[in-house]
Amino acid sequence: MQDYLRYIPHTEEDIQEMLNVIGVKRIEDLFQTIPERYRLSKPLNLPEPLSEPGLIRHLSELQAPRMSQFLGGGAYHHFIPTIVSNLVSRSEFYTAYTPYQPEISQGTLQAIFEYQTLVCQLTGMEVSNASLYDGASSLAEAVLMASRITGKKKILISQTVHPEYRQVIQTYMDPNQQEIQLIPYKKEEGRIDEKILFDYLQEDVSAVVIQNPNFFGVVENFQPIVERVHDSGGLMIVGFTEALAYGILKPPGDLGADIVAGEGQSLGIPMSYGGPYLGIFATRERFIRNMPGRLVGETIDMEGKRGFVLTLATREQHIRRERATSNICTNEGLCALMATIFLSCLGKEGLKELALMNLSKAEYAKRTISKIQGCRLAFPSPTFNEFVLQVEKEPARILEKLKKEGILGGISLAKFYSELDHHLLITVTEMNKKEEIDHWAERLQYALR
Amino acid sequence: MGRKITICIKVTYAEGDKMRRRTDRGLIQDEPLIFEQGRKGRKGYSLPQWDVERIEADHFIPSSLLRNHWEGLPQLSEMDVVRHFTRLSQWNYGVDSGLYPLGSCTMKYNPKVNEEIARMAGFSNLHPYTPEDLTQGVLRLMFELQNFLAEIVGMDQVTLQPAAGAQGELTGMMMIRACLQARQERRKKVLIPDTAHGTNCSTSTIASYQMIEVKSNESGIIPLERIVELMDEEVAALMVTNPNTLGIFEENLVSIAEIVHKKGGFVYCDGANLNALMGMVKLGDLGVDVVHINLHKTFSTPHGGGGPGAGPVAIKKELSPFLPIPVVEKQGEIYHLNYNRPQSIGKVKNFYGNFGVLVKAYAYILSMGPEGLKRASEMAVLNANYLMKRLKGYYHLPYAKPCMHECVFTDRFQEKHHISTLDIAKRLIDYGFHPPTIYFPLVVKGALMMEPTESESKENIDQFIETMIGIAKEAEEDPDLLRQAPQRVKVRRLDEVLAARKPRLRWKGTGS
Repeated sequence: MQDYLRYIPHTEEDIQEMLNVIGVKRIEDLFQTIPERYRLSKPLNLPEPLSEPGLIRHLSELQAPRMSQFLGGGAYHHFIPTIVSNLVSRSEFYTAYTPYQPEISQGTLQAIFEYQTLVCQLTGMEVSNASLYDGASSLAEAVLMASRITGKKKILISQTVHPEYRQVIQTYMDPNQQEIQLIPYKKEEGRIDEKILFDYLQEDVSAVVIQNPNFFGVVENFQPIVERVHDSGGLMIVGFTEALAYGILKPPGDLGADIVAGEGQSLGIPMSYGGPYLGIFATRERFIRNMPGRLVGETIDMEGKRGFVLTLATREQHIRRERATSNICTNEGLCALMATIFLSCLGKEGLKELALMNLSKAEYAKRTISKIQGCRLAFPSPTFNEFVLQVEKEPARILEKLKKEGILGGISLAKFYSELDHHLLITVTEMNKKEEIDHWAERLQYALR
Repeated sequence: MGRKITICIKVTYAEGDKMRRRTDRGLIQDEPLIFEQGRKGRKGYSLPQWDVERIEADHFIPSSLLRNHWEGLPQLSEMDVVRHFTRLSQWNYGVDSGLYPLGSCTMKYNPKVNEEIARMAGFSNLHPYTPEDLTQGVLRLMFELQNFLAEIVGMDQVTLQPAAGAQGELTGMMMIRACLQARQERRKKVLIPDTAHGTNCSTSTIASYQMIEVKSNESGIIPLERIVELMDEEVAALMVTNPNTLGIFEENLVSIAEIVHKKGGFVYCDGANLNALMGMVKLGDLGVDVVHINLHKTFSTPHGGGGPGAGPVAIKKELSPFLPIPVVEKQGEIYHLNYNRPQSIGKVKNFYGNFGVLVKAYAYILSMGPEGLKRASEMAVLNANYLMKRLKGYYHLPYAKPCMHECVFTDRFQEKHHISTLDIAKRLIDYGFHPPTIYFPLVVKGALMMEPTESESKENIDQFIETMIGIAKEAEEDPDLLRQAPQRVKVRRLDEVLAARKPRLRWKGTGS
């Protein structure tokens, strides 16, 4: 079956004419620069091609079943307005390349400029780049940037930062032999232990990294930390996994953060089994030239008309090569566009309302399970839409029982924190209806018996 | 020659409270920034119904930690938002708009069925921490994609985790580094040819290597003797792109790899140009130890106006222990994610990779099959050689030898008319084409790097060729036409110096 020819338009006649122009007899003659003994004589060992309906059928069968879910931990189930997917399906957006030719890329460029502005508004920062890969690599880039600015190599990172984000930071930092000091959390609060942090906070510290809301869903109060960090000559980096929280939380920029780097998946991007997501990255104007990633700036054309271009590219790999601020080239442009449409659609009222709904639903879930025996909230601190539940039975067995009822009831924390071996991270969003929460609580109660 | 678009109608539009009447350039409508639109009280969203008690945030969270003001953030109706982004989209040019011969970027057709498949609820709505017994289908997809890619490039194993080519490079270089460390070797240098992508250079720096540049020879390839000279026990790896960015196959690669291996180094291949090689030759057979693959180039997933992409990395067995975690494995009939790999470099990204992109690449490979992929490479190379042959004589060809999937011309013939590569590129826009990659590779002065891809028919390429020939004539007869180009666009040439000197990177209210 040669249905793949729908993607390759050449007829035998075309091929012959083209070969004649080139002055060779056969297609193989075009590959003469490949040493003959390495040219493949057998076809690749791949499945025979599928027809379009055959392909759809096959892929449909690989899908995962629909479940009632209470999972978060860096990926969140939120409502995506229909117009988000509808508008990003415009192929003028998704089949375009990076906007290197501004005259025919004003759509992408203006949208990124709007994205950069929205990120500043969301985070309270002064300048945002055009996106990085995801929250984890964004936070890692923040750490590298802090080192470039301060010339120091040690970072203090809260244990309440997403464990996978910490792993990514570790990977990115390893080659430079920088030092990472983990700062524990207060066992009774689930928040960073400032006292221990202050003990480590010396002049050799490049940056302090926290996450807000943190991995336990707890809202951190880092205001008292910021000043001390700055006094010691370091930078304050604030990460996040749940961007929606900033619909109600004070933006990190207002609290003195120097770099804000986190995950934008909640802003209109599907969970898609972990990617593609959106690395949000924002900082202060004075650090612009140390920033990683692309930037779009406003300018005028030769007739004085407003337009947008990629700018300050002398930081970037295609110009500065081995002295670039980062090696990033392709970023997550279309995901940034999704977030831009999402935020435009919700506006300030909608974003606040949505955030409040998340908070309210999570609080409802907390109240509901407070009546259940055999479990309790691990940390009494304020949370957004996630919280940690301590359970008396084996978490894996509880989750297994819930799963049989069609519920993904939470994430066991044992694989991330050995001391939290009877703990579940529960996430409740606007997508969890009241009855669904009640059902989850009821099955949990049953599983805890 | 070319296509001409001349539509002229009058458009009325509102800006703020004032109604203005003005003539715009045809259907290219003016569209203000999203922040310059909307009214207080207008809404464009619909949320789930409240079915629990609504709680004010300060009931639980101290007000000192709560947001007390919003700067900006628009208030628009749904149609306002739809029109805004629809108009923006109309100022863009994509593969679906026309020929997009951007060299090194492989702007091939992005099959629509693959887009639809990636959106199936059982993929797009799937949480990454869903238990493995419920995700056997998606793990199978990933496992098979790993195997397909390994087969295509002739390597032993593949990680799908990296989000793009540059992150793939970093992953590959870190694995090399980890392997050398395990051998207790400390090597400091990486050899990179002068034709390389900028990412190769910056990646080697981030991986803490010192870059040593290797000059290409007059045939545009890496001279064997330079590698003999430069290769020593200090060199961790050679980073090579094959075919290279001149569109030329690195003929000496096998011998070069032997030299590198003999001194204990690794050969890293930038697979950005894999579209020339599928089913023709396997990089693994040529001595390559690590290669990253840009799924958003060779495997037809769209570029999205600058991502998301995916940059899987294929490796030889020796590097297997160092693969990022988790590794997708199959035991008996069960697929699972293996985190228990003590020598792993760790993670470069959270979760498992850009899964939504992986789905599209998997679907593409299954649609093409072995013959289809080979045919794609053959036609990509045929198109590039045809283009090169027909433009030769009108534009200067610095390396006059058969090319692979792309070819590089320069502006040397047009220089005498004071016409540069930039002018040629901008003039192409007036004729409805996306320009080629310009001023890259850096070793070619005034480079015009063209990659038509297999998606373009002979007619489309003929039309492009005739336009290019026409532009060469214009350069002689009426060069100002080129200097003033483009004219039939939303904006004319933009002041990039101003943009960099006085950066305005966000909207700051009226008069920003």
